[in-house]
Amino acid sequence: MNPDELEAFRAEVAQWLAEHCPAILREPRADPGALAAAEQGWHRQRAARGWLAPTWPVEYGGAGLDPEQARVLAQELRRAGARPPPISAGLSLLGPVLLARGNEAQKRRHLPGIARDEMRWCQGYSEPGSGSDLASLSTRAVLDGEYYVVDGQKIWTSHADQADWMFCLVRTDPDAPKHEGISFLLIDMKTAGISVAPIRLISGPSAFCQTFFDGVRVPRENLVGQPGDGWAIARELLQHERRALGSIGRGDLGRARTLPELARQQLGAQDGPIADPVLRDQVAQCELDSLALRLTMARAADEAAAGQGGEHVASMLKLWGSELTNRRHELMMTLLGADGLGWEGPGFDATDLRTTRQWLRAKGNSIEGGTNEIQRNLIAKRFLELPQ
Amino acid sequence: MSIATEPTAPLALSEEQGQLQRAAREFAAARFSTAQLRAYRDERDPLGYSRALWREMAELGWTGIPFPEQYGGLGLGLAELGVVLEELGRRLLPTPFLSTVLLTGRALLLGGSEAQKQALLPALCAGERVIALAFQEQGRFAPWQVATRAERSAAGYRLSGEKRFVLDGAGADHWLALARTAGRPGERDGLTLFLLDAGTPGIDCLPTPLIDARNAVQLTLREVAAGPHQVVGEVDGAAEILEPVFDGAAAGLAAELLGVLSEAFDRTLAYLRVRRQFGVPIGSFQALQHRAADLFCERELAISVTRAALRALDAKRPDAPALASAAKARVSDTANRVGRESIQMFGGIGMTDEEDIGLYMKRARAAETTLGDGAWHRDRFASINGY
Repeated sequence: MNPDELEAFRAEVAQWLAEHCPAILREPRADPGALAAAEQGWHRQRAARGWLAPTWPVEYGGAGLDPEQARVLAQELRRAGARPPPISAGLSLLGPVLLARGNEAQKRRHLPGIARDEMRWCQGYSEPGSGSDLASLSTRAVLDGEYYVVDGQKIWTSHADQADWMFCLVRTDPDAPKHEGISFLLIDMKTAGISVAPIRLISGPSAFCQTFFDGVRVPRENLVGQPGDGWAIARELLQHERRALGSIGRGDLGRARTLPELARQQLGAQDGPIADPVLRDQVAQCELDSLALRLTMARAADEAAAGQGGEHVASMLKLWGSELTNRRHELMMTLLGADGLGWEGPGFDATDLRTTRQWLRAKGNSIEGGTNEIQRNLIAKRFLELPQ
Repeated sequence: MSIATEPTAPLALSEEQGQLQRAAREFAAARFSTAQLRAYRDERDPLGYSRALWREMAELGWTGIPFPEQYGGLGLGLAELGVVLEELGRRLLPTPFLSTVLLTGRALLLGGSEAQKQALLPALCAGERVIALAFQEQGRFAPWQVATRAERSAAGYRLSGEKRFVLDGAGADHWLALARTAGRPGERDGLTLFLLDAGTPGIDCLPTPLIDARNAVQLTLREVAAGPHQVVGEVDGAAEILEPVFDGAAAGLAAELLGVLSEAFDRTLAYLRVRRQFGVPIGSFQALQHRAADLFCERELAISVTRAALRALDAKRPDAPALASAAKARVSDTANRVGRESIQMFGGIGMTDEEDIGLYMKRARAAETTLGDGAWHRDRFASINGY
């Protein structure tokens, strides 16, 4: 595409945004109650143009944009302050994998529903006995004619209670070495034999579920790739997940309650230095480290754009981002003192109650998506080239 | 004031900066080694650096990087200077960059009269003059804690007091001395800069070389005469000049320190791969791998914040002072941690003078302390941001 055509496309995007993206949906965020309907309409319109999955082919529900056009679209969406779509396991995780690994029938059947955000997907990876050692998973899928019969149990299946489909890792060959006996199966959640139980966390209700399979019959055509390809596919998909988790952290850092404000509120003194010099130093350290982390994300993007790699930068974001989030929440709890000990109900400030729940939920950030210890193993092996 | 999150200039190195980096890396590797550093130290070399090598760097244009072309400079920025300093840091190559370019050179550029700039900056860019900043009087960095007094006299001023840790003070052609023309120690106002020639009567110069084998002196000034033409900038107004100068110097020193800690870390990784105990390389132990992975993360943060600070200073952005303090704090703390971990991971051999890693830790500690350490700059970062 030549520069003139690209500029014409830019103008088209800006025009379309002006017409279809209502002001209420642009940043900064409006009151949550007021915008639910507008938000739904906006995402539907965007999906109808294929702009939730702009680089996917048109026949699969995308817009068929080349990378340059996709960059222009992203720039214009950002310039307009348009709200990003909600994080979707189908869009950000499964879609790229199906494009690369799915057969034609699977792509035609599943991708358009994902691109239009009509089909909700959940991820069936972890099991009670298989966390960091995911490849030890034991949910079995045994071939019986044209069906796989699935028995076992998955955990941390986010939104499984509302999902239409699950992409799932199953063991199809119990005799093969553990990484080679795994396959990647798409399972309709309405199939008989599936039951789902939500998980209550230390922070209260959550989107996480446990999912049980009892003689669940899944058509053979729902296997992605070949039997035994599951581990390779899972690893590709985990990379997409880490990228998605990194972008969540980015938003949170900007939106969170600021530490200096909280310190002032809890320690008195409306101007001048924060009264407690030890806590003031901890606040400054946290703020300074958040700044350094944001600058590191910016550098990773700049280096990627300049063709200088940037993967080594990105690899640390999940590790360091989650450690910093935890440190920040611990400091908020310290600043709150007994104000942070409320669980619910009257007598406590609503923002304080939220901070307490977030402190508890943030503990999971350094566990989910590969624990920080696994991340350290990866960094040592891949970037520091330390021996096994 | 809020901290902007979108840097104006890309944080990746540009094509030209990449070329400069390669040139500086090759120069430093070819022209300097730790054997030379040990020779400076063990033979008690008064300078602790080579004037000839300094002139070579001037011929390459590096000494003039941040100065306008009209004064013999290249008209580039601190971002480019930082690229060079990082590579010199990797080799522990001692130069008067901090004293002569980042401190006094930029003080003259920002506060000097046109005549002073014409007289000094071209010679400075040509590598022919070394000028040391005599400001510090006590151990911890406290730029306005100045007791040295400049009393008015018939011919101008008489300076009396004691200056310590004057970096590159030995063999300097001039000293730029900070003295109090009004007020009390600790006050920001009432300070004035005086340009003194080496050899001026009334100045005692005691060499006090530091643990990193760098040249520093203690100056005792007794009724030292200075005329009005020797004043740089406004009388009583030196802090206005020195504040941005210290910001640039802190960010530049952070860049050098980044090179020091990067090389120390890389050497430690190399050692972890080859040192064998219990029949395996010690780098295969998870306890050491995880500590190395943490150092890796901290180094990545240090690179990002240093580059952002240098670029913000070049663009004269309002958040540049906060970023300069963020950079010096982050890099200082990371260098300290890398220094400690390096010695520990090298084990007994790391304790010997024969092994280079100790030289890296000593330079890291000196640069960490110089112009304010992590605690000092966190305090300033908080103050700038209103808490």
